[in-house]
Amino acid sequence: MTTPKTFGFDTLTLHAGQQPDPTTGARATPIYQTASYVFKSADHAAALFNVERAGHVYSRITNPTTAVLEERIAALEGGVGAIATASGQAACHLAIATLMSAGSHIVSSGSIYGGTHNLLDYTLRRFGIETTFVDPRDPDAFAAAIRPETRVLFGETLGNPGLEVLNIPVLAEVAHQHGLPLMIDSTFTTPYLCRPFDLGADIIFHSATKFLSGHGVVIGGLLVDGGTFDWETSGKFPTMTEPYAGFHDMNFAVEFGPAAFITRARKEGARDFGACMSPTTAFQVLQGMETLPLRMQRHVENTRKIVKYLSQHDAVEWVSYPELPDHPDHELAQRMLPRGCGAVFSFSIKGGRAAGQRFIEKVELLSHLANVGDAKSLVIHPASTTHHRMDAQALQAAGISEGLIRLSVGLEDPQDLLQDLETALSAAQKA
Amino acid sequence: MYINANQKNIFAYTGARDHQSEQESVVFVHGTGMDHTVWVLPARFFARHQYNVLATDLPGHGRSEGPPPDTIEHMADEVVAAMDGANIEKAALVGHSMGSLVTLSLAARYPERTRSLALIGTAVPMAVHKSLLSSSAQNDHAAIDMLTYWGYSKAAQLGGNENPGMWMVGGTLRLLENSDNDVIHAGLAACNCYDTGVVNAEAVRCPTLFILGTRDIMTPARAGKELAKVITGARVELLEGTGHSLMMERPNDVLDALITIV
Repeated sequence: MTTPKTFGFDTLTLHAGQQPDPTTGARATPIYQTASYVFKSADHAAALFNVERAGHVYSRITNPTTAVLEERIAALEGGVGAIATASGQAACHLAIATLMSAGSHIVSSGSIYGGTHNLLDYTLRRFGIETTFVDPRDPDAFAAAIRPETRVLFGETLGNPGLEVLNIPVLAEVAHQHGLPLMIDSTFTTPYLCRPFDLGADIIFHSATKFLSGHGVVIGGLLVDGGTFDWETSGKFPTMTEPYAGFHDMNFAVEFGPAAFITRARKEGARDFGACMSPTTAFQVLQGMETLPLRMQRHVENTRKIVKYLSQHDAVEWVSYPELPDHPDHELAQRMLPRGCGAVFSFSIKGGRAAGQRFIEKVELLSHLANVGDAKSLVIHPASTTHHRMDAQALQAAGISEGLIRLSVGLEDPQDLLQDLETALSAAQKA
Repeated sequence: MYINANQKNIFAYTGARDHQSEQESVVFVHGTGMDHTVWVLPARFFARHQYNVLATDLPGHGRSEGPPPDTIEHMADEVVAAMDGANIEKAALVGHSMGSLVTLSLAARYPERTRSLALIGTAVPMAVHKSLLSSSAQNDHAAIDMLTYWGYSKAAQLGGNENPGMWMVGGTLRLLENSDNDVIHAGLAACNCYDTGVVNAEAVRCPTLFILGTRDIMTPARAGKELAKVITGARVELLEGTGHSLMMERPNDVLDALITIV
C-alpha cells in the first residue's frame, strides 16, 4: 500500500502554520503588533466582514502572528483549527460559552485544576450553567450524571492533584452515545505525550503558559477543534445548527462543516468576549513550542529519576506517579501515555504539615510558587499554601494529605535537583 | 436549499442569500469526496454581488441523497437537474478536480446552459493512481490520506493558511472522513474512466478559464495547459507554488481569478 509522505511531529513543532514572511523574507515568525489592517477598497472590507475573503480585520479576532500559533497547535493535535486566548481559563470559558447557554449542564471530572473548578462550580452557576463533578476513574459515574440538558463531558488528561489518568477512549464512547462532545484539558501532557483527538476526544484546550511555552514568561491559552463531532445528528447544539442572528443568520454547521465549532467560537466568542492573545505573547509561546519535543523528553527523563529517588527515600511516605506499578492507573497510562506521564507529580513527606513546611523552606534550587510546566523546577506544599484553610479532615476529602508536596520537574541537571531534594528532606526530618 | 432533482433530495448552498429571478447565476461543483463547504468564500462573494449561487452537493455527497453517480456524464446530468430544480436556465460553471470534469462535460453537452466555464485543478485524462483506486475500493483510510496529502503542495502541508487559525490538512481529512463508504471510490473511478475530455473540450464555445497550481501533483499544470489549447480563447491563470487544493491554499487568488470569468 502506498502511503503519502507527511511531516513528522518534530518538524511540525518548528514549521507548522508558518511560511517565510512574503514581504521581508523573515525566517522567524514576525510579530505583527497591530490592532487593525488597512482595507484595499470598500468592497474588500465588505468581503472580509462577510466571510468572502481570507484575511484580517481586527486583532481581537485574528492576527497573523497569533494565527501561526493557532495553526501550529491544530497541526500538533491533529485538529481542524484553533483559537489563541488570553489564558487557559479564557480558552475553557470560550469553549463552554460556544457550546451552551443558561440552563445547560456539564459533567466534569472532580479532579481538575482549581481555577477550572472555581469557574465550573461557582462562577458559571451564577450564569445558570451547572456542573456535576464525578470520579475521573468511573466512566459509569459520568454516564449516570448526564441529564437532558447536559452539553459536554470534561476532564483533564492527568487529574489534579491525584494524577488520575483519564480514560479518554471510554469517556469518548460514553459522551458520543449520549450525543455529547468530550472536552479535554491537555495542559499537563501536551500533544507530545498525548493526542486526545486520536483517542476520541472532540475539543481540547491548553494553558499555553505551561509546558507548551516552557519559559514561564507569558499567560496564554489555546482552544482546538478536532472537527469530529456531528453537531447536527446530536441535535443539542443550536449555536452550531441554527441561523445565528448575530452574524446575518450564518449557519455554522451548514457553511463550515467540520469547522463549525471553531468558526462559531471565533465569529462570536472571540469577537464578543474579547479574551484574545497578544501577538507578542503568541510569538513567545511559539519560541517555546519550537523545542517542545526536546523539552518534554528531558522533563520526563528528569521526572523518572526523581520519582525513583523519592520512592526509595526513608523520609517519603508515598509517591504518586502513573508510571509507578502501584499507581491505580499504571496500566492505562502505559497504553495512553507511552512516551511518559509528564513532569508533575506528588509525594507525601513523613511528619505531616510541619514537615512539609520545613521542606519547602529548605529547597533552594526548586522554586516555591504556584505554577507548573516551567523549564525551571517548581514546588508547592498545598497544605500550607493553596489549601491552608483546610484542616486534616478537609484535606483528606480533597485527596490531599498534610505532607503532600507537588513537584513540577524542570530541565536542570538532575543531580542538582536530587541534591536540593536531599538537603530539604533531611532538614524536614530534623525538627 | 434542498432541490428535488431526478427524484432525489439534492442540497445546494446559495451563499446565504435567496435567489432572485432577474439575476445571473453561478454553479459550483466540488471534487471527489468533498461538498459545498469548499466553496463557502466565493459563494458568499458572488451571492452578495447579485448572483444566484448554486453550490451543489453531488448525489451521495454532503447533504444530498445518494447513490453517487458512476460516470462524469451522469454527474453532469445531475447538476443540470439541480439547475432545473432551482430554475436556473444558464450559468457560469465552476468546477474543481472531479468537478472540473463534470462542468467540462456539462459545458460541452449543454452549451445552451453554460455562460462561462472555470476549470480549477484539472487535467484530461485524470488518471488516478492505482493505490489510491484500490484503497478507496476498500474504503481504507489510506485513500483519504493520499487525497489529502497529495492534494496539497509541500509548503501548504506545513500550513500558513490565508484563513487564520485553520489547519488545511486537518480540515480536508475531516471532510473526506465524513464521506459514506464507496463515495470516494465512485468519484475516483469516474475520473479514471472519463475518456471524452478532449472531445468535450473541443466542443466548448463559451469563455473559459483554467486555474492551475504549479505544484499540483494530482493534476499537473502542464496537463491543464495542454487541455486549454484545445478550447478556443481559453485563458490560463497559474498560481505559483500551489498544489491541487487551490481554493484552500490560495482562496483570495482563486476568487480574484473567478471574478474575471463568472
